[in-house]
Amino acid sequence: MEKGKGVMGSRKWAVDFTDNSSTASTRDIPDPPGFTRASLDQDDSSLSRQKKDAESNWKSQKAWEVAQAPFKNLLMMGFMMWMAGNTVHLFSIGITFSALWQPLSALQGVGKVFEPYKDNKVDLLAPKLLYIALNLGGMLLGVWKLNTLGLLPTHASDWVSSLPPAHEVEFSGGGVALN
Amino acid sequence: MAMAIRLSILLLFFLSSLIPTFSLFEDQVGFMDWHQRYIGKVKHAVFHTQKAGRKRVVVSTEENVIASLDLRRGEIFWRHVLGANDVIDKVDIALGKYVITLSSEGSILRAWNLPDGQMVWESFLSGSKSFKALLTVPSNLKVDLDSPIFVYSGASLHAISSIDGEYLWKKDFATEGTDVHQLILPGGSDILHVVGVSDSSQFDAYEIDFKSGGLLKHLSASFPGGMNGEILPISGDRFVVLDALRSALVLITIKNGHIHLEQTYVSDLIHGSSGNTVILPSKLSGIFSLRTDNCIVFVKVTNEGKLNVLEKVDKSVVVSDALPLSEGEQAFALVQHGDSKIELSVRLVHDMSSNHLKETVKMDHERGFVDKIFINNYVRTDRSHGFRALIVMEDHSLLLLQQGEIVWTRDDGLASVIDVTTSELPVEKVGVSVAKVEHSLFEWLKGHMLKLKGTLMLATPEETVAIQKIKLQNSEKSKMTRDHNGFRRLLILLTRAGKLYALHTGDGRVVWSTLLQSLCTTSQQQCACLKLHQWQIPHHHALDNNPSVLVIGRCGLSLTSLSALSTVDAYTGKELQSTSPAKHSTVQVISLPFRDSIEQQLHLLIDADKRAHLYPPTPEAVHIFQRESENVYWYSVESEAGILRGYGVKKTHSSNMPNDYCFETRNLWSVVFPSESEKIIATVTRKPNEVVHTQAKVIADEDVMYKYISKNMVFVATVSPKASGPIGSATPDESVLVVYLIDTVTGRILHRMTHLGSQGPVHAVLSENWVVYHYFNLRAHRYEMSVIEIYDQSRAENKDVLKLIVGKHNLTAPVSSYSRPEVTTKSQSYFFTHSVKAISVTSTAKGITSKHLLIGTIGDQVLALDKRFVDPRRSLNPTQAEKEEGLLPLTDALPVIPQSYVTHAFKVEGLRGIETVPAKLESTSLVFAYGVDLFYTRIAPSRTYDSLTEDFNYALLLLTIVALVVAIFVTWVLSERKDLQEKWR
Repeated sequence: MEKGKGVMGSRKWAVDFTDNSSTASTRDIPDPPGFTRASLDQDDSSLSRQKKDAESNWKSQKAWEVAQAPFKNLLMMGFMMWMAGNTVHLFSIGITFSALWQPLSALQGVGKVFEPYKDNKVDLLAPKLLYIALNLGGMLLGVWKLNTLGLLPTHASDWVSSLPPAHEVEFSGGGVALN
Repeated sequence: MAMAIRLSILLLFFLSSLIPTFSLFEDQVGFMDWHQRYIGKVKHAVFHTQKAGRKRVVVSTEENVIASLDLRRGEIFWRHVLGANDVIDKVDIALGKYVITLSSEGSILRAWNLPDGQMVWESFLSGSKSFKALLTVPSNLKVDLDSPIFVYSGASLHAISSIDGEYLWKKDFATEGTDVHQLILPGGSDILHVVGVSDSSQFDAYEIDFKSGGLLKHLSASFPGGMNGEILPISGDRFVVLDALRSALVLITIKNGHIHLEQTYVSDLIHGSSGNTVILPSKLSGIFSLRTDNCIVFVKVTNEGKLNVLEKVDKSVVVSDALPLSEGEQAFALVQHGDSKIELSVRLVHDMSSNHLKETVKMDHERGFVDKIFINNYVRTDRSHGFRALIVMEDHSLLLLQQGEIVWTRDDGLASVIDVTTSELPVEKVGVSVAKVEHSLFEWLKGHMLKLKGTLMLATPEETVAIQKIKLQNSEKSKMTRDHNGFRRLLILLTRAGKLYALHTGDGRVVWSTLLQSLCTTSQQQCACLKLHQWQIPHHHALDNNPSVLVIGRCGLSLTSLSALSTVDAYTGKELQSTSPAKHSTVQVISLPFRDSIEQQLHLLIDADKRAHLYPPTPEAVHIFQRESENVYWYSVESEAGILRGYGVKKTHSSNMPNDYCFETRNLWSVVFPSESEKIIATVTRKPNEVVHTQAKVIADEDVMYKYISKNMVFVATVSPKASGPIGSATPDESVLVVYLIDTVTGRILHRMTHLGSQGPVHAVLSENWVVYHYFNLRAHRYEMSVIEIYDQSRAENKDVLKLIVGKHNLTAPVSSYSRPEVTTKSQSYFFTHSVKAISVTSTAKGITSKHLLIGTIGDQVLALDKRFVDPRRSLNPTQAEKEEGLLPLTDALPVIPQSYVTHAFKVEGLRGIETVPAKLESTSLVFAYGVDLFYTRIAPSRTYDSLTEDFNYALLLLTIVALVVAIFVTWVLSERKDLQEKWR
């Protein structure tokens, strides 16, 4: 995720070294001496294909990287949870809820995360699935932590604790005679 | 539940960091508690006014209190409460500096220092206990250093030094068989005159040497008619007594060593009098007074031994003792009760014809009749005698009259509270004036600014005092309207005198008091009030009515005497309705869980013939009752016979019932305890209005146990008959304590447990599914407390979460005792340091808050003990999960934490009972402890987790918020400016 952002968000300007459009407006400056445009134009198509391949390769590589990123998160979360212990207090609750929240928000933004790597040639399904799976794993970890903290209603006690006492059919009163 | 527990633990964690201590701070005393000191009904009073210092009166009371009261304001200088079985017989002042009390049927003589009430000496008088004890203290004013005190008790005469309580001599009258009636010390002589009766017909007079106890002279004369009652001395050598038939007066004259008896028939003196004549014990020289059926007669004995009737007064007149004024002059007082006023007249003995002084004092008729009068004189500036009179009224209140005015009054009837209930206050009327709001807002702000100053330690000492005053005299807490938290209530107290008091819980003031006329005066017999019940609690559709209470009394002393019923408005104290006497007796009152259309609680009154009378006697009530009568049962505990009997109510009327509201009952079951091995000493039931929040108890590892919660459960404790006496009267081998939990519908014994080598007294409290009881362990020589918790085994298999989620369980289905649910119990015992006078438990509105046991200790204090300490699941090494649950490691003794005394520095002398009432705020329980003193406070067993403390500083909070807002604005402006500068650069 972080990397995806780095690629997309921080790009303010770019120099396209491969730009060699042959329109007149861009060719105000005469070619340097000894430069023959013809030879360049000649392998233009093969070059662009090569370039496209490189880009899609790079994109899919990046997509895989992004998809694997939650794994590190998972490990860190696990470590933090282990550190937090099994008693309910501010720290453990905070960690557990962040462990639940992070995968959830990540899952909401799956499309956004993989948007920069969208390409006709790149198959994003597998990284996406991995990404989702890892996040679900993180969420499961959070739920498991919640359970170990005893905050999940999985026991009979959680369902009967608020049951009022049963109504008694009979009524009896009395005692020692007044004196 | 685990979630809830954990969250509440979390909450507690936060709160504990907010409230640093559990106990009170010194300046919080009196903030939500009050303490009132009383002495009880005065039996005897001795004035001490000779010296110029503090004028005081020393009184002994029926609550066995000896107290010194300020004569100017009626405040208590000092007070001692002797135990319930240390009854004060006589009280007097010796040497002008010691108060002498004779107590425990004449076997303990004590001297107390008059100014400060410290005990100077104490002497135990040997000899058998007798009901009559005489105390004579020489009254000569010249302080004779070795002037002895003469005590007659246990058939012997003791002379005891008044300086240090040493025995000087003892003279035994048991061998002569003389029952001594009077000890007379003629002023100035060394001879003690002792007069008495032997064989109920022989008059004996002894002269005994003052110093050595030697018998100087013994005279006796026989009177064939026999003698009845006390011999009353008239003068130094004349005595009067009634004959055995109480029809004749015997005048006894000792002259020249001979006894001369003369008989005069009462009917000759007073025409038309019958046999119920009594000689009043007022000692007036030359005069005695007789009370007959319809009047009181003063009779003068002439020098020749003739009896002349001086005056007849009404029977209701109360006569005081004679008060010596100067040489040979005596005065006494008469009080006559008129309509809302009393007439006090003082007469001189030698001049009976006219009143020396006559005063009419306005008297609140809620105080009833005058019961006793004690008079005292003072010398006015013009050297004439003025009189002050101490009057004990029918409602046990004490008044001082002087110069025709009531100088002070004490409501000492409150020392003998027998039953307590509470009532809500009226709902506040809407519509408050703007000026009032402005004023109160201003006051509020001012108060909070002061508090703020106090918090910031800027307050001057005067301001600190003002802050404390504001805290204590918070007008909010003593308002006469219902409050949101339910702290303001009326405590309705029934006293032994038959008077109802309503006390405001805010400051303990008496809102109203009423002497129940119908229970006290209409019938000739002695009436006793017994019980107080909630009668009508307006709730939904009867809000126009005021709440009312039902008082049940009895006209007469035996169980079969007719009962008297009265309903009293709880807001005003007006008697709404009374049946006195009712047509039946009452031995038990059962408050049924049904109400009629005007929210009157249905009651069953069981008479001595085991018939049930329904109250209120209306057709509607009968209709409601008949619909439910199949399921109404009652039981009786016959302690003497050792039997528990259960009864059902028959629905149909039989022909021999007196009216439609009377139902026959039939015996269903009996539990008979073997009389040779078990004797019932205590029975306890659950409070009928107790609220239980849940039926499940969650234990470690999220397991669940189902409580056996039944209102029809009684705890019975029995001991072997040998061990029913005081501790030490039986050996450990002979004494066995057996406790039972019995279902009162079916008579089924749910649990039985034997404590070998233990004995009573047993104090117990039953709440929810547990009972805690206190007893003495003879083997360990220590007091013990045990707990039994009872669980319903028949519900234990309800553990399938899925089934519970979809609601497929029988946990909320109505249960019947006849289904005989399987139960299990857990129990544990602990040592406890204190002996106990009463045990109670806190009760809250919803029953969610954890409970504290309230233990009335022998030191007359109330100790709050967390129920977690008496949890039978405590073990020596609790597991991690159990620790998390809050289970404490097992210890052999229960801790007594000094900070957890609810009464903090106060003592509730003669503690008899502790009443707890839930407030509307779930965390809080109102506690009222009563005995000779009254004490009220409110406690929060799990701390006030649902409200801010009352001394929370709102001003500080407001100030902080305002400061923050200002800071936000300032920084915003600053940052804007900076931004602008940045842009210009």
